[in-house]
Amino acid sequence: MKLWKSWVIATKDFNIFLKKKRILYTLIILPLLISVGLPVMLSSMDNPIEIITLLDAFSYFYIILAIIQSSTLASYSILGEKIEQSLEPLLATPITDGELLLGKTISSFLPCIGVIYVCSLIFMVLSDAVTYNTLGYLFFPNLKMAFILLLAVPLSSILSIQLNVIISARVNDVRTANQLGLLLEIPFIGVYILLVTNIATLNVINVLAIIAALILTDLAFFYLNKSTFQRDNILTKWK
Amino acid sequence: MIEARNLTRKFGDLTAVDNLTFHIKPGEVFGFLGPNGAGKTTTMRILTGLISKTEGEVRIAGYDVSDESDSLKIRKIVGLLPENVGLYDDLTAYRNLDFYGKLYECSRIERKENIAHFLKLLGLWDKRDVRVGNFSKGMKQKLAIARALIHDPEILFLDEPTANLDPESSKTVRDFILDLKEEKKTIFLNTHNLDEAQRICDKIGIFNTKLMAMGTPQELEESVWSNKTVIELEEVTDTILEALNNLPLSNITTSNNKLIIDVSDPQKDNPILVDAIIGAGGRIQYVTRLSPTLEDAYLKIVRRDQ
Ligand SMILES: Nc1ncnc2c1ncn2[C@@H]1O[C@H](COP(=O)(O)OP(=O)(O)OP(=O)(O)O)[C@@H](O)[C@H]1O
Ligand SMILES: [Mg+2]
Repeated sequence: MKLWKSWVIATKDFNIFLKKKRILYTLIILPLLISVGLPVMLSSMDNPIEIITLLDAFSYFYIILAIIQSSTLASYSILGEKIEQSLEPLLATPITDGELLLGKTISSFLPCIGVIYVCSLIFMVLSDAVTYNTLGYLFFPNLKMAFILLLAVPLSSILSIQLNVIISARVNDVRTANQLGLLLEIPFIGVYILLVTNIATLNVINVLAIIAALILTDLAFFYLNKSTFQRDNILTKWK
Repeated sequence: MIEARNLTRKFGDLTAVDNLTFHIKPGEVFGFLGPNGAGKTTTMRILTGLISKTEGEVRIAGYDVSDESDSLKIRKIVGLLPENVGLYDDLTAYRNLDFYGKLYECSRIERKENIAHFLKLLGLWDKRDVRVGNFSKGMKQKLAIARALIHDPEILFLDEPTANLDPESSKTVRDFILDLKEEKKTIFLNTHNLDEAQRICDKIGIFNTKLMAMGTPQELEESVWSNKTVIELEEVTDTILEALNNLPLSNITTSNNKLIIDVSDPQKDNPILVDAIIGAGGRIQYVTRLSPTLEDAYLKIVRRDQ
């Protein structure tokens, strides 16, 4: 495997992303608004229990954000190639299917993770600043958030990318692909609602359970995708 | 250089390529002619290692297309112009080519030189920094040809290279292919354009799921009929026809004032014909030879199948 070829493909995608306003909006503006907006909301609250509930829920929200971001990027990067009919010349170059898939994964994964790390850092610093007086301690950093950012966010990003490979094989426009990609968010949003309404609480055990579930689904999708992302199928069955 | 033996590809129940066998030598330009849906693109995709075959054997420059590591080697020495250009609309012409140059493992210097060379040759150098999305169809087609050549491949697969091109651009591309022929590149050309095939190709295969005929353009033309003589008269009268019918000729057709006559040996038969017509009071204006065209051969061969 020549990793540099995957990187060539990924950087080509970055160049294309930079030219699409919608991608830049979803990728940068949306998480930035959330990361600044949520602490601002917290600054007007004075009940420590409510504040902790929301801080947990918001921490968890970065998993959902990772899914939205990766889905947007992956649908452009994978479905985009299908729509532009560029997969055929691309596959005619001396790259392997694996190098191509890795390139596509990197181009959707890296910007998503990069933006989430920067924005979550802003979120954590601002949140600490506005809640320190009420809580009496610094809520962040904490172990849950570490697990979320270091494991759950990357795993959910990869899950979302893999789902988009399957979707890209079957649909022909980015909007439909995005809508189908959003289906993946439903279970995660369900959990989020349980968290904000304090029906469930977020603790390290829950976070680890979510991570375990993500690993399993990632593996299942990886197995499923093996034949989907294979040159013969890409050129003859992706309709 | 390109060798297929008993090549078959099925899509479910549909057989797109049936038991195709052929051999193309190094430096040869091979024209693959056939109607829509004949399986030309499918064949090209198999030969370039893009899709798998159901049966048979294919070797390109001695490498086996179905072997994974061979297939990578094949793709390094092969250039492909696919049916759909598949360029990136959001990138400039230069960036499109540079991206492919990298994937073909060309060095920075090679890329720089080759991009400049081909863009200049195809008249796109001034447009190198324009987004491909703003290109016309013909410009895109030319850019895709440059892309196929970026790594200086030994073998070229061109799927209808002059589709979408105006007559002048077609000529540019055709001359360009002739230059590549001079450089001894092996070229496999899918086309509907018989005139083009005749002008460029050393060898032609007429294909409709199965290979129907194969040979040089001249061999194919001659397979249709050997010779016809056209005699144009002031007037074709019954007396003349009667006189001709008494001669041992196989086939005479008339249209307006013209007689079209199959002759097996023109040098011997034509004077006899002319004498007979004059003897019957005919006034001859022109005597010409009607040579079969590649189109005649193509249509005859393709229709024979139906
Ligand atoms: N992915 C596919 N799945 C099913 N059938 C296919 C597929 N690709 C091609 N075919 C069928 O195979 C046959 C040959 O198609 P192909 O595209 O090779 O023809 P062609 O000779 O290139 O035609 P054209 O001159 O129109 O480009 C057609 O009947 C087509 O419908
Ligand atoms: Mg075709």
